[in-house]
Amino acid sequence: MSFTHSTGTILAKELRTEFRSRELLGTTVVFVLIVIVLFSFTFNPTSSESRRFGPGLLWLAFLFAGSLMLQPSFLREQTNDTLAALRLAPIDPFSILAGKMAANFLFLLLVELILLPVFAVLYNIAILPVLGPLVLVLALGTVGLATTGTVFSAVAAQARLRELLLPLLLLPVLAPVLVASTEATAGILRDPSELSPVWLTFLTAFDIVFLTAAWLFGEYLLEE
Amino acid sequence: MPVSAAALNKCCAIWFRAEPSGVAAPLASSPNVGSNGGPQGGLRISFSGIEKRYGMRMALRGVSLEIGAGECVALVGHNGSGKTTLLKITALLARPSKGQISFSSGAAPLSTSEVKHRIGMVAHNTLVYDELTAEENLVFFAKLFDLPDPVARARRSLEPVGLARRADDMVRTFSRGMRQRLAIARALLASPQLLLFDEPAAGLDPEGQQWLGATLANLHAAGCTIVMSTHGRNETQGAVTRAIRLEGGEVTHDSGANGDPYGVLAMAAVRETAEGDAR
Repeated sequence: MSFTHSTGTILAKELRTEFRSRELLGTTVVFVLIVIVLFSFTFNPTSSESRRFGPGLLWLAFLFAGSLMLQPSFLREQTNDTLAALRLAPIDPFSILAGKMAANFLFLLLVELILLPVFAVLYNIAILPVLGPLVLVLALGTVGLATTGTVFSAVAAQARLRELLLPLLLLPVLAPVLVASTEATAGILRDPSELSPVWLTFLTAFDIVFLTAAWLFGEYLLEE
Repeated sequence: MPVSAAALNKCCAIWFRAEPSGVAAPLASSPNVGSNGGPQGGLRISFSGIEKRYGMRMALRGVSLEIGAGECVALVGHNGSGKTTLLKITALLARPSKGQISFSSGAAPLSTSEVKHRIGMVAHNTLVYDELTAEENLVFFAKLFDLPDPVARARRSLEPVGLARRADDMVRTFSRGMRQRLAIARALLASPQLLLFDEPAAGLDPEGQQWLGATLANLHAAGCTIVMSTHGRNETQGAVTRAIRLEGGEVTHDSGANGDPYGVLAMAAVRETAEGDAR
């Protein structure tokens, strides 16, 4: 079976199960909305302050969303040991990770797109004029978040303190993504023409490095 | 041993007759005839000095065995004796810490990828998704095994296990016995040449065990190599041609390919009963 076919099959299964229950999406959207609203109440920022602090708060909220949303990615497979069923199939083990990464990327992107208008209203930031470059930064940052999160979710799912372990592993590793995404977003909000190629290149490199590592070690990550 | 589609249809018809009452479903055709033409004889497995270590604990100690094509092997032993570990290594779900396992079909040795196409496993857990329907589960796994026409294949596979009428129901609404049937349908989906069962009778009522016993007998008659771990005496042991006892990760008794497996099975049952009484 081709890699794309098996990845697509796993992605379709992930989407079907999530959109059927909407448990994870619903919970994460509510949680991140609360975080954004609380940040807004705490800082009560003016428009210029929003442009300075807003991107950092926005990406912190996305990071919290990621650590909440990525946890069940492999935990769900433990209920009936369905990960063993996936591993029994004659497919590239990386396609299991890739299918889940793609699903997590889409779930996170959906949460981010729901959150963006709320953020714009609460922080008085016009996002429509910068939507194109902003979506590019969101996509690159979210690929990093989904890739590392899925990999660490696979690792954490086999540990005893799995609920605690994922944020502990994930947050330090994602610090570079947080910094790069925040800087790139802040640049766009200051001036749309200020889309920094340095931060975009950094995010792209981070994504490529983690995707390559997952491809190389995917089989071992999924073993008991 | 080549197995024709007709023989497999007959085999499935017998499964159907072995169905416990109340769950019978109309039978159309065999789930076991696929792109690879069904199980063309069983796989031959060779274990050479297999050791498995989990941290400081040795789960298997130098297990060397030859399991011939078409054998139906029962692995017996206490909890923690290494049965499940040996099955996991056979299913390529765990790597041995030491030693080698090899598979062949006829005279040809098989690669890992070739072996995966030919293995079906019913594990202690059901290996199916509660959030999907019975049919969705089988379609999903049929796609992963790259089987032609996965929807038709899934529907056909649900008939002999008596779940055709519940095809569109979520697995989470199923009883333990129904889940076990679905697990068996999933394992048989790709017409495997090697079937691995980890305590397949667990959770089944006596009627279900009888049905499973008949299923195993027919799969064995169809030429599949079967390796199963089992506890005590139950209806699934009727087809067993060889029994292997594991203790502390070592093979202590092996009835051999041509020996009488029931001596080893009876001894295991007696020990379990005695230990149960002692507890």
